[in-house]
Amino acid sequence: MLLEVEKVQKTYASASGPVTILNGVSFQMNAGETLALTGESGSGKSTLLHIAAGLEAFDAGSVRVGGTDLAQMNEPARAALRRDILSVVFQQFNLIPSLNVAANIAFQARLAGRVDPDWIATLTERLGLQDFAGQYPEQLSGGQQQRVAIGRALAARPKLVLADEPTGNLDEATGDAVMDLLLDLVASSNAGLLMVTHSERLAARLDRRLHLRRGALAP
Amino acid sequence: MIRPTLQALMSHWRAQPLQCLTLILGLALATALFSGVQAINSEARSAYAQAADAVSGPGAVLERADGAPIEQAQFISLRRAGWMVSPVIEGRTRISGTQIRLIGIDPLTAPQGSRAGQAALSQEDGTGFLSGGTLFAAPNTAAGLPDAQNIRAIEGLAPGLVFADIGVAQEMLKRPGEFDRLLLADEQPLNRPQLAEIAPELQLRTGGTEGDLARLTDSFHLNLTAFGLLSFAVGLFIVHATIGLAFEQRRAMFRTLRALGVPARLLVTVLLAELGIFAVTAGLIGTGLGYLIAAALLPDVAATLTGLYGANVDGSLTFRANWWLTGMAIAILGTAVASTNSLQKLARLPVLAPAKPRAWVMASDKTALLQAGLALALLALAALGVIFGRGVVAGFATLGALMIGAAFALPMILRLCVGLAARVAKNVKPQWFWADTRQQIPGLSLALMALLLALATNIGVGTMVSSFRLTFTGWLDQRLASELYLRASDAEQAAELQTWLAPRTDAILPLINTEIEILGRPAEVFGIADHPTYRDNWPLLERLPDVWDRVATGQAILINEQLSIREGLRTGDTLTLGPDWQAEIAGVYSDYGNPRIQILLNTDAMDARFPDLTALQFALRVPPDQTQPLMDALNEKFDLGPDAVIDQASIKAFSLEVFERTFTVSAALNILTLSVAGFAILTSLLTLSAMRLPQLAPVWALGMTHATLARLELLRAVLLAAMTLIAAVPLGLALAWVLLNVINVEAFGWRLPMYLFPTAWLILAVAALGAAVLASLWPAWRLYRTPPAHLLKVFVNER
Amino acid sequence: MNVKHFLIAVLCVLAGPLFAQGFAGLGTDADGFSTPTRGTELTFPEDHGAHPDYRIEWWYVTANLKGEDGKDYGVQWTLFRSALEPQTKDGWQDPQIWMGHAALTTPTRHFVAERFARGGVGQAGVTATPFAAWIDEWQLAGPEIGSVNMSAQGTDFAYELSMTADGPLVFQGDEGYSVKSASGQASYYYSQPFYRVEGTLFLPEGPVKVTGSAWLDREWSSQPLSDNQTGWDWFSLSFETGEKMMGFRLRQTDGAYYTSGTWIAPDGTPSPFGDGVFKAVPQGTARVKDKDVPVEWRLTLPDRELDVAVKALNPNAWMDTAFPYWEGPVMISGSHKGRGYLEMTGYD
Repeated sequence: MLLEVEKVQKTYASASGPVTILNGVSFQMNAGETLALTGESGSGKSTLLHIAAGLEAFDAGSVRVGGTDLAQMNEPARAALRRDILSVVFQQFNLIPSLNVAANIAFQARLAGRVDPDWIATLTERLGLQDFAGQYPEQLSGGQQQRVAIGRALAARPKLVLADEPTGNLDEATGDAVMDLLLDLVASSNAGLLMVTHSERLAARLDRRLHLRRGALAP
Repeated sequence: MIRPTLQALMSHWRAQPLQCLTLILGLALATALFSGVQAINSEARSAYAQAADAVSGPGAVLERADGAPIEQAQFISLRRAGWMVSPVIEGRTRISGTQIRLIGIDPLTAPQGSRAGQAALSQEDGTGFLSGGTLFAAPNTAAGLPDAQNIRAIEGLAPGLVFADIGVAQEMLKRPGEFDRLLLADEQPLNRPQLAEIAPELQLRTGGTEGDLARLTDSFHLNLTAFGLLSFAVGLFIVHATIGLAFEQRRAMFRTLRALGVPARLLVTVLLAELGIFAVTAGLIGTGLGYLIAAALLPDVAATLTGLYGANVDGSLTFRANWWLTGMAIAILGTAVASTNSLQKLARLPVLAPAKPRAWVMASDKTALLQAGLALALLALAALGVIFGRGVVAGFATLGALMIGAAFALPMILRLCVGLAARVAKNVKPQWFWADTRQQIPGLSLALMALLLALATNIGVGTMVSSFRLTFTGWLDQRLASELYLRASDAEQAAELQTWLAPRTDAILPLINTEIEILGRPAEVFGIADHPTYRDNWPLLERLPDVWDRVATGQAILINEQLSIREGLRTGDTLTLGPDWQAEIAGVYSDYGNPRIQILLNTDAMDARFPDLTALQFALRVPPDQTQPLMDALNEKFDLGPDAVIDQASIKAFSLEVFERTFTVSAALNILTLSVAGFAILTSLLTLSAMRLPQLAPVWALGMTHATLARLELLRAVLLAAMTLIAAVPLGLALAWVLLNVINVEAFGWRLPMYLFPTAWLILAVAALGAAVLASLWPAWRLYRTPPAHLLKVFVNER
Repeated sequence: MNVKHFLIAVLCVLAGPLFAQGFAGLGTDADGFSTPTRGTELTFPEDHGAHPDYRIEWWYVTANLKGEDGKDYGVQWTLFRSALEPQTKDGWQDPQIWMGHAALTTPTRHFVAERFARGGVGQAGVTATPFAAWIDEWQLAGPEIGSVNMSAQGTDFAYELSMTADGPLVFQGDEGYSVKSASGQASYYYSQPFYRVEGTLFLPEGPVKVTGSAWLDREWSSQPLSDNQTGWDWFSLSFETGEKMMGFRLRQTDGAYYTSGTWIAPDGTPSPFGDGVFKAVPQGTARVKDKDVPVEWRLTLPDRELDVAVKALNPNAWMDTAFPYWEGPVMISGSHKGRGYLEMTGYD
């Protein structure tokens, strides 16, 4: 089992008292499976994604990635998890502005200590970025930046890609193209994909979909 | 993992070279000011130590209680009784036309610590020194006497002194068979009689004359050190601001790195390494700059020390490892102190904390409260210091508490003022402006505190110097009432001169002086004639009625302010000057620039007390238009040295020059501190401008133009600087008051009236506002040039 | 002949360079300075005083003493004169430089003191009549040379001894003309080895009354040394038979030795012996101040059927002065028994 989420609870403190974001969410994902996470704004989809990535703590329940319980991990172990098993693709790309495209793509693989030049070259080519390798993120369009982010996420050959509205900042045509690439590359690297989106159309392209409503999975 | 992380972090600096420069420069400047001052201090201290080693070693000396010379026979009797003593003779003479201070020593008996003694025994020319008339001097001093054939440069000798064998020196000084003092070796043989049995007229004094020097100049160096620390504090503000900037700007990157799996501890470690590189680089540059500052200021410091204290310090700087290491340590420590806060925050921050920098800018109310509390506590401490503090160190501690307390109070005051303005504002635009300004105060407060300190120091030191100058020039006019001052080379010439001058002058006023001990301290005694020159002009601070009549009887004396303050003596008190000598204090006179205590008594009384002394110096009263002809005639008729006859104007000019040079260093450090503060504002504004786009974008979107926004940014900086300036005036005056009434009294022994110089403040105001405009011009221009797309991005990126 | 003192004076009077110039070429020429000539008759008391026209000169006393406490002690008192020019001048310009060495040796400790002075001002000097040699408060003075008081002190020791001569002056070499090397360097050299001594030593533990014997060497010259001489081992021995012997071994750069000395009969009659007769062989060394110094010797002089072991009373008798050397009391056993003094230079 790639990802097991069981009865996860998450509550934020706010000025007007505690707000429950996630209320007993449970689901499972198999290796190579693609899963869409949809829901209204504020339904808790991003929080769920962040929890699965070990970026955010949760109050109750359990989350297992590749069989390991996140709650049992300390910070360095969670960092290692993100480095070695997961990859995250953010809505705002979160590239490193002072590194060029090539360095950004290779970055996570280098962090994980798993640089495979052939795979990176293949990725770069399939992402259509071979002509931009020496450029810096701010010189690229949004679609290009997101392709760099996808390249970075896949360069380390993760088992699970977590994507938070990866096409949310892109126009429809560009978004579709990026989406095609993402799905194609995920499939060809046999990774699982958990993607947050509020687009029904995009969600429909994935193997399964989960719908969050006020912190709980809708039946 | 470490390499890609470090590369990613460092790539930021490649993309932002200017910021990198700011960081290094800020840290380097802070280090430079501090280490520059330290370099000056260590140079001067080592000169004192050299002087002490070279002349006497660190040991004790034997001297005659009455200051008279010691006879050679007495030295022999002491040696033959088992007293390990070594003779020293000292005096001023000329070598091929140049005036020098000559020290005669006997290398064969000189104590182990005596540098000149060792040099004489270890140099190849030692035989020449012993019997060939060879002279030794420090390389610089020797270089100043190019015409002297027999002088040898010896490393490590005290600057400004020429050493000769005792016999050679006696001959050159025309004082055969005489010594000034005997150095007492640390190690003495087992059996020797009491000093009183062999040489009752000699007395033991521990710590050579150069020890006095170190003590006298301590306050001067404390002064410099205080300045150095102030500069460093101001510098730390910059470093804090730039490091804050470097962290804020990369916050998004930190988040990405963490999200990509870089553990927090590794990130902090790598950042520490990065800071280490910066600290070392900046330390190297800073100590280099410090060296330059010190080298530039040292000649003035040396002149001051010579003029004020008679201490000889070389005008050239030597590189000292311990000084350099201190400078590096300060740079590294400074970085550590300035970055601790940022690093701690980073280590504790959750991975997904908002990448927006507002959290950093917005100091919580708790912090503000803490600052206010600290400010009150420090100001209270300063008040206590003024009331109860004693001593120079306490004085400076008071100053420190006052300055830092005021600095902490500044953000609170500014917030109050701006808040008030916002409430008064009617229009929406000013309202927004004030609200926005108020929001920026926490972010700018460090820079503004630095500016406050720099401005207040400027005002304070400026007020002190100007007050001092005003008092000093007036005092010089009173003190130097005679038209001509003359020095004879010996008693014979003095007699000839007097005979010759009698018909050509209105009055010849002999000046006799010697040294005695008053209440255990070395003191100067001057004999002055009963003459209207003194009666009409002498600058008395306190006086008994008929003060001059009392002095004329020989029963009463005048004392200088230093003696009065140190010993708490007032007019009417009786002072014991010797076993059978008591005198009434008839008046207290001001005696600026003299570190020693001094008394004046009537010439006749002086003659009776010290019958062996003959007057060699004279003050001459002549009609002003006769001054120059008389000087010319004197020089023609008598074999007088070039400095032997000096007119009033020259002495005044010389005294004022010494005075000005004394404060050149203060002035230079002042300007440097102010520029450092200006730099701090620039750094802070740059930091803020990068962070403020999200705040400005909505205002822009709502219809304010780029140009308006940029203008307002400029206006804000100027307004904040102006408010700080207004706060700096009372603080500066408080500082001046403490300097004049606490520090001066403790350090030098004189109290000065305080005068206000509003014009100077005006100039400073223009400078400060100019600095603020300059510092904010660039950030404002950047804002003005920000493409709309950048502002738009703010909305795009908002979630 | 007593080479040791020459070398000290030459190399060390003031630790090296100061006098390097003044003594440059010493042993090869003697410009301006008088040189000893064979056959010159020494005259007294004049010759007890200083000879400023000679480069170097000394008044050198060593004493073997026994304390009331039963312990053996040794005492050294030396005044060196060294001239920068062959003349005297009044006051500080005087080119005569004086140096004093004093030492007190116990079986376990060794005390040293050192003094420097210039002639001309009265801080140090020697007069023949009445006889007095002094530097600072140290002195060797009496009405005449046969009856003197000797005192010296350092920071932690002092001694005051009175000495009376029980025998005549002994002339070394050819009636006081003492040849020092094969190449002919020479000095004037006489001794007074017959002093009876009594007095007090002042030690950190307290004063000790002592009695014993002392030996005075007087020597002056201008060109005493040969280029190839590196150091020496010098012995002054007093045997229980009343006989005495002065002998030395000069070490040469080529590893060979030049030995010489004088056998002194109980009545003071000297019998000088030439090179090679007297043999001195080191038997054991001690580590002193990081140097290996031979402090045990076997001495033989077949002419007198002498075969003795000589052993330092205190191996640590190092003279840590401006120019360091070893000098201390020795005990004699074997064919003859007695006490004496040993001096060794060139081991540093």
